[in-house]
Amino acid sequence: MDKKVAVYICRGCEIGGSLDIDALSEVVTDECEIELCRDHECLCNDAGLELIKGDIQEGANALVISGCSPRFKTDDFKFDGCTTERVNLREHVVWSHEPNDEDTQMLAADYLRMGIARAKLAELPDPFDEEIDKTILVVGGGVTGMTAALDAANAGYHVVLVEKEAELGGWAGKFAWRFPLSPPYKELEPVDLSERIAEVQGNERITVHTGTTIEKIDGQPGQFDVLVKANGSGSQFRVGAVVQATGWKPYDASRLGHLGYGASPDVISNVEMEELIKTGSITRPSNGKPARRIAFIQCAGSRDADHLPYCSSVCCRVTIKQALVTRKFDSEAEAYILYKDIRTPGQYEDFYRSAQDDPGIFFTKAEVTGVEVVGDNLQVVAENTLLGDEIRIEADLVVLATGLVPTSADGEGLRKLADAKATIAKGEEGAALEAAKVSFEEFKHLDGTEILNLGYRQGPDLPVLRHDFPDSHFICFPYETRRTGIYAAGCVRGPNDSLVSMEDGSGAALKAIQSVELASMGSAVHPRWGDMSYPDFFMQRCTQCKRCTEECPFGTLNEDEKGTPLVNLTRCRRCGICMGCCPERIISFKDYSVEIISSMIKAVDIPDEFEEKPRLLGLICENDSYPALDLAGLKRIQHSAYIRFVPVRCLGSVNTVWVADALASGFDGILLVGCRSGDDYQCHYIRGSELMETRSGNIQEKLKQLALEEERVRLEQLAISDFDKLPQIINQFAEEIDEIGLNPFKGF
Amino acid sequence: MSGNGKRGSVLVIGGGISGITAAIEASEAGCEVVLVEKNTYLGGRVAQMHEYFPKLCPPTCGLEIHFRRLRTSPRVRILTLSEVEMITGGPGNYKATIARKPRFVNAKCTACGECVEICPEQRADEFNLGMSETKAIHLPFEMAHPMRFAIDSDACPGSSCGKCVPACPYDAIDLDMQPETIEVDVQAVIWATGWDPYDAEKIDNLGFAEHPNVITNLMMERLASGNGPTGGKIQRPSDGKEVESVAFVQCAGSRDENYLEHCSGVCCLGSLKQVRYVREQYPDADIYVFYIDIRAPGRLEDFFAATEKDEKLTLIKGKVAKISEDADGCLEVEAEDTLTTERVSQTVDLVVLATGLVPVAAGDAQVDGELQTDEFGFLTTEQEQTGMLAAGCAKRPADVATCVRDATSVAMKALTSCGE
Repeated sequence: MDKKVAVYICRGCEIGGSLDIDALSEVVTDECEIELCRDHECLCNDAGLELIKGDIQEGANALVISGCSPRFKTDDFKFDGCTTERVNLREHVVWSHEPNDEDTQMLAADYLRMGIARAKLAELPDPFDEEIDKTILVVGGGVTGMTAALDAANAGYHVVLVEKEAELGGWAGKFAWRFPLSPPYKELEPVDLSERIAEVQGNERITVHTGTTIEKIDGQPGQFDVLVKANGSGSQFRVGAVVQATGWKPYDASRLGHLGYGASPDVISNVEMEELIKTGSITRPSNGKPARRIAFIQCAGSRDADHLPYCSSVCCRVTIKQALVTRKFDSEAEAYILYKDIRTPGQYEDFYRSAQDDPGIFFTKAEVTGVEVVGDNLQVVAENTLLGDEIRIEADLVVLATGLVPTSADGEGLRKLADAKATIAKGEEGAALEAAKVSFEEFKHLDGTEILNLGYRQGPDLPVLRHDFPDSHFICFPYETRRTGIYAAGCVRGPNDSLVSMEDGSGAALKAIQSVELASMGSAVHPRWGDMSYPDFFMQRCTQCKRCTEECPFGTLNEDEKGTPLVNLTRCRRCGICMGCCPERIISFKDYSVEIISSMIKAVDIPDEFEEKPRLLGLICENDSYPALDLAGLKRIQHSAYIRFVPVRCLGSVNTVWVADALASGFDGILLVGCRSGDDYQCHYIRGSELMETRSGNIQEKLKQLALEEERVRLEQLAISDFDKLPQIINQFAEEIDEIGLNPFKGF
Repeated sequence: MSGNGKRGSVLVIGGGISGITAAIEASEAGCEVVLVEKNTYLGGRVAQMHEYFPKLCPPTCGLEIHFRRLRTSPRVRILTLSEVEMITGGPGNYKATIARKPRFVNAKCTACGECVEICPEQRADEFNLGMSETKAIHLPFEMAHPMRFAIDSDACPGSSCGKCVPACPYDAIDLDMQPETIEVDVQAVIWATGWDPYDAEKIDNLGFAEHPNVITNLMMERLASGNGPTGGKIQRPSDGKEVESVAFVQCAGSRDENYLEHCSGVCCLGSLKQVRYVREQYPDADIYVFYIDIRAPGRLEDFFAATEKDEKLTLIKGKVAKISEDADGCLEVEAEDTLTTERVSQTVDLVVLATGLVPVAAGDAQVDGELQTDEFGFLTTEQEQTGMLAAGCAKRPADVATCVRDATSVAMKALTSCGE
């Protein structure tokens, strides 16, 4: 379709009063040679919108709408069949600069030139059309997985549920009693999963495979080919999305020798206590006699830097439950609970109270230092943290409240292990071999921990964060993992009680459903929901450098033997990080490409060196920094009129060629603004800011080679709430560049 | 769901983080959603927070993504200044009656702010918990969604003044705007009504309202926020003095049979986070936390462990018995050690009460066939009527991550309630 560019300049919101609109129109018509340029007193009112719609009927299809920020009146300025470029003359120009000033006018003119440059090249995305299977695979048949399976089935989806054990039910199925999951939150509840298991097994949309493990999952959302194995024989099927509900394993009590585990058969873990409870009476493993004085040691291995640094969340309630069960079985029995803090959140305060009201249950805040075997009996030695003295508690049974360890497999670590093994097997020598040996030692403990066995270049399982929890933005977007279409739920994602785990199963099922539905429309999932653009690779020019396959935060790309990227579009989140890292610049989106952004940079009118007007380029993350600049404008905070901003999907999508282009065009400095990186990263694509840090190191090297000052390129990280600081950053940068002086390449 | 077709309709009551999440997640799975919020803006309590624990990152970062999703979603209808009055019907076929108060500013508003200067009337800014003022015509806050001004009818004399009407270049102010009643038919109702802070005035021994330098945890969030009444400076309300010492009083009302019997779940982490706020501004301040148990579940323990390392932070296991004020506005905090029964006393510049969460539940809405609540007033997970669903703090005290997770799971239940 032929492009017909139409430019609209809104005069409202101080724009008309602060800028020479006629002069701007001349830039559009005479300099940029766009015939159709209109200005209007208020483009967002009915008359303004009608004006635009009229032109669209006459064939205009590449609209440049200059007025307020694209974050504003978004719906009003969306026109079917047209590309729309919003030129932010309001927040980024007139609200943040001196009115009727030469520099402000130049800024507005440049933003129009940039908008037109983009409009000339950007095309409407044409969504991919892939055959999408909407079956949901649930891995793990505990309460989490069963809930996910039932919810997805009840919403109309086919489900395959794979469980490695012979029976469904998981841990909850092994327990006789649980703490209450519904009001009143005072009493013990018997556990009976038979109804739920029958419901799963009887659901015509759910196929259950017990005693089954996953051998391989190849493909991408909507097209995952799954190979499973049961009793030595394999079978294969296709699914669209995956819920990993593989649960937890108890912390290895044999590592708790300092708490007496192993010293006496009467020191047991809380999981072993569950087995005793299931027998109907609490007896001492050493002699089969009833246990009458039971000491519970809380945080056995949890909240401990040498073991599990995190809190396992459920152990306080589990212990209270076990103490109450003990008392229920034997009213003569006494339970001593030695704790750091009792953590019974929300309504479970009542459950705690019911134990506090029990005359046979005693709570003591204490730091347990050891468990000693004295004759036939046990003594728990503790430091009373409140009084500072040593206390000894006689017990005939000690229960260690061991914590929950996620069953996640460290996908990235497994990849490194496989690489190390391959290097060693190949018979490499020297430094490569040494590095491989170090890597092998670091990751060998992961051997055999694979769960999903994904056919992903970046590793066979979900990548994990601290404590091995496989998520990516656990506060705001808790279900997001770094593998599109694969969602973790329940205790694999963190220690939870069974109610929260079941809820979690529902949530993950919803995300799985969304991912297949959106894939079937060609749409991206969170955080670019509704984006129909996708990366296109011009493979003839690929040099197999593997940067894209390594740097994609979502493992979108596989590789063939030569290292050529194999694209899996439905895995893609459309962040453009591959585009940013590609040295050959062969990766483009229809509406976002190296060429488009370069053309915007080159469209800026650079004053010659005699005008003494520096020009700065700002490459700015559209998720946080761009809105921050809007907010600064809304607050009328002024910033230097020498800078021109180009929003980018993520700072990680910045290709260093843009920096080179800018310097070659005569820009004097380049400011890169993105989200926080590091352990507490805020980058919406996880690694974008971090990758840009690495790349900007390379940029600094290049500057040195060109005998340019390193200070000409600056990387800043900014939170959206720091909108008042952004103008300061800009102004400081402008001052620094002023001191350094103009780009010596200007005019060449 | 067949193709891109409609999946069913869902009403979400409450536009805080739980409601926004439930609305977006349900809509992105194909549901038509009506999102009802009583304030002039979405975001609820989280919009008033300075930072989230444990990352110490701004809530507006996530809200911006949510608002972008809402801006581009054709399936979510947002009704602000609205409250559900009545729900009739039953499973599969609920009819909700929604009362919408006039905003007096229509969709033509461009948020240009021309109207503000001319407005002669001031009002207490409830976004800042009354610690600052705005004009009667005001933008709720700079990240408000919808990004549109509103007139507080309690402060505005209406057409007898009318100065803002001609000041608006876009014909956006309509002082004759009338309340409306809107009816919607839905298959599922998500109650994401959230919480109110426990009224600290009810706790008679802690001196709130009596002593100006005794503040609540929510007030602390506003004081620490760059867009708050002090521009982000933590200072004493009585005299604007910098603080050299701060005491946090945990379980102010919570875990107490005289006030709130439940544990409010988030106040421990909330206070530890605020310890960080104070420390960032005052490297030498003495900080005391009076607590019963520090409850930092899961990975949040990391945040507790890191905060605990602060050498000028003292954790005192004890329930505060009394707070009294001296002539300088300083406060003496007296506590009773729960085990030793010894009394400890500490004089500080500022006291922060970690007040708890009171469930709003169904509020004043009339619901056919009743909603079930537990003994604490929270809506129960299992409701008798299919398609009646509670999410987030309407159901239990929870932090943001838990609310988001829960709201997503409830969106799933809404989807199944809508049928196939």
